[in-house]
Amino acid sequence: MIPNTLPKSLADNPMLDRWLQFRADGRLRVAVGKVEIGQGITTALAQIAADELDVPLARIDMLSGDTEAAPDEGSTSSSQSIEIGGASLRLVCAEARTLFVAEAAAGLGVAPEALAIAHGAFTRDGRPTGQSYWTLAARVGLHVAATGGIAPKPRAAHAVIGRSIPRLDLPAKLAGGGFVHDLRLPGMRHARVLRQPRPGASLARLDEAAIRKAAGGSLDILRRGDFVALVADSETVARRGVIAAAGHAVWEGGDPLSPEMAEAVWLRGQPSDDRTAGPPPAAHSGLLRHQASYSRPYIAHASLGPSCAVARMSGGELTLWSHVQGVYLLRQALAEVLHLDPAAIIVHHAHGAGCYGHNGADDAALDAAVIATLLPETPIRLLWQREDEFGFEPFGSAMAIRLEATLGPDGLPADLLSEIWSAPHVGNTRAGANLLATRALPNPPPVVPSNEGSSPDPGAGTRNAAPYYDIPEHRLLHHFIPRGPVRTSSLRGLGALPNLFALECFLDELAVFSHTDPLDYRLAMLSDPRARAVLSRAAEMAGWGRRGASGSGTGLGLGFSRYKNRAGYAAVVAEVVVEQDVRVSRVWCAADAGLVINPDGLINQLEGGIVQATSWVLKERVAFDAGGVASRNWDSYPILRFSEVPEIHTELLDAGEHPPLGAGECTMGPTAAAIGNAVAHALGVRIRDMPFTRERILAAIG
Amino acid sequence: MPEPIRFTVNGQAAAVAEDGGTPLLDVLRNTLALTGPRYGCGQELCGACMVLVDGVPAYACGRELWSVAGRAVVTVEGLAGHAVIAALLAEQAGQCGYCLSGIAISAAALLAGNPDPGRAEIAAALEPHLCRCGAHPRILRAVARAAAVLREQAA
Repeated sequence: MIPNTLPKSLADNPMLDRWLQFRADGRLRVAVGKVEIGQGITTALAQIAADELDVPLARIDMLSGDTEAAPDEGSTSSSQSIEIGGASLRLVCAEARTLFVAEAAAGLGVAPEALAIAHGAFTRDGRPTGQSYWTLAARVGLHVAATGGIAPKPRAAHAVIGRSIPRLDLPAKLAGGGFVHDLRLPGMRHARVLRQPRPGASLARLDEAAIRKAAGGSLDILRRGDFVALVADSETVARRGVIAAAGHAVWEGGDPLSPEMAEAVWLRGQPSDDRTAGPPPAAHSGLLRHQASYSRPYIAHASLGPSCAVARMSGGELTLWSHVQGVYLLRQALAEVLHLDPAAIIVHHAHGAGCYGHNGADDAALDAAVIATLLPETPIRLLWQREDEFGFEPFGSAMAIRLEATLGPDGLPADLLSEIWSAPHVGNTRAGANLLATRALPNPPPVVPSNEGSSPDPGAGTRNAAPYYDIPEHRLLHHFIPRGPVRTSSLRGLGALPNLFALECFLDELAVFSHTDPLDYRLAMLSDPRARAVLSRAAEMAGWGRRGASGSGTGLGLGFSRYKNRAGYAAVVAEVVVEQDVRVSRVWCAADAGLVINPDGLINQLEGGIVQATSWVLKERVAFDAGGVASRNWDSYPILRFSEVPEIHTELLDAGEHPPLGAGECTMGPTAAAIGNAVAHALGVRIRDMPFTRERILAAIG
Repeated sequence: MPEPIRFTVNGQAAAVAEDGGTPLLDVLRNTLALTGPRYGCGQELCGACMVLVDGVPAYACGRELWSVAGRAVVTVEGLAGHAVIAALLAEQAGQCGYCLSGIAISAAALLAGNPDPGRAEIAAALEPHLCRCGAHPRILRAVARAAAVLREQAA
């Protein structure tokens, strides 16, 4: 596999020594820009390096996300870390290996083909040559640009790729450490921020004496405009201070919220930038036309660990430890807001709780940085309160979707119209001007509007809106609402889950009209053999043939997608029992992610996506009231609990020599659709709006 | 300085001269440098801060220092070598891992009283805990695995 062009990460960071360093201590440091967010990427990337170089995993140290010493790979997002980051690292390692082999061969006076590598040492006819990567490191210059001209090993030669290597980072996390939250620097102080309750609100009064009294200890209150930081030596005092501060602050103005603004349908009445793609629907007179509308509300990332950052301003240089998805992107944003030279900012990635997209990490990092600039030479540990994480993270946008199709004489759709209303998912959402602290500091720059596009490839709000099925005509109407009532940004899969929920539920509705089983209906318009294979296998695993008449109270439903219509394939069957609530009892999943680096790690991601999507569909919605975001704790924003988690059976289909496909997000949409279809099968009536609350079930069965 | 409050943590004697109203979580993390118990919500709603107090799972975010005087506190650090930790690693039962300290604590408490819990009993014992990554199926398997290991050791 020699690509025609370098993958983006390698094109952006072509020097081999930016990625690999064989160090004097006999270890290999692999530096990457994709970061660990609980998905196991550092382990998978270490496996790639170990395999391509034939270096033991135990001799590899991973450095991930570091503006001083690691490549700039943008953001860790969109299921691209293996596809692009991994592909880049494979090429880097293949090329470095070739350079070392050439040097060893020249030194030994043999042909390169005569040498092999075992455990990082060069052998000839199975015998040691006395040379290794480390003995040759001084003579092999890796400060050269990659050409991409050396093919990585074929699949048959893989010894570490394809094995379920245990996660490198988990032992530390089970031993009490491992997170940025646990970082302790000498002289470090604890900080909290009092947030504007509404965007644009200004602080009319702050009773600092009352706050200090409630805090019960020495507390510094720092104010810059409407940015209020509380800093103490004691974390207890800082926390008590910020809890008390909310009751001793009077805010005026700002953009209020109301409960109805939280509903997806509210977006349908907002000014929008309307984009269209695809041919206008042709006249298909006399044939059946069907239309239906679906929705998902605003969803929170709801990371289990609130956002945290540690910052230190020292000698004009700002050093930051943060769990952001992209350290270079953060550095740029900080430089803009703080008017610093990017070269004077160092960002080290440190692990946080799973983020599933753009959560409060960037905002917390700026909070810490602002406070550090106000208190030079003092390390600042900034932590968000849980209520603030729920209240002020950028949410996943609500979406309303209307689908319309004409059934041809064969009962299959002759066309499909997808009409989508959504606030932004991407596009400048991390710009420095849009971060929370920036909005509160004096003289904030204008908010940078999202420049999200409408192409469904790979799509943001329109992701997976185009059917992967053989439907002759598809037309897209994208009503892009550039400013929703709250900040929105990327959340796992962007528009894919709502769009696939709508599309795959709609197909089941069309199948009913044509008196066809939903599985057969899909197979009749799905020509890609890999797509057919996952769909057929998931159905087989679930015993699809036992699916009886609808309306029994238990249901089986299925959903399929190829994520982004070009990444991982997944088919999911859900079994539900519907009484007053929906219980998802069992789930079967078949997936094809191309070459798999770490099968157990992939299954962990696929099944995690199934559980998270189940939670979104059954339970989750952000609520608003006049005071702002109303769902501010785990009672008002419930997620799926242990007793509610389905039994899950997952199989990976063999993909032959196909390259890796991004898969961390590929089960979410199919799961939502499978549950939607299973509930319709159980009830005999369809619920088209998420979440599937008790009220909606009762309303549906009337 | 107030009179020190004495208790044991992971079997070691501790004497903490802080206000008795200080949250146990802050004492463990900041005074005693045991960062295993994690801040998740501060409202006893997520379980990330769970510790054992005299063998019973307790939310460290909601317990105040005075309430553990004379008692035995165990954090995830005190479970080093415990079958639950080994089983969580063997099953790779986590993604981000933020929830696991508290879950390990509740699992250890469950297995101390019930050597052979079924899936529903394990789920019930872990009901106070939230996991956002969706590692639940693995965590349930891991606790069952730890139970089997402990039964074998006891036999």
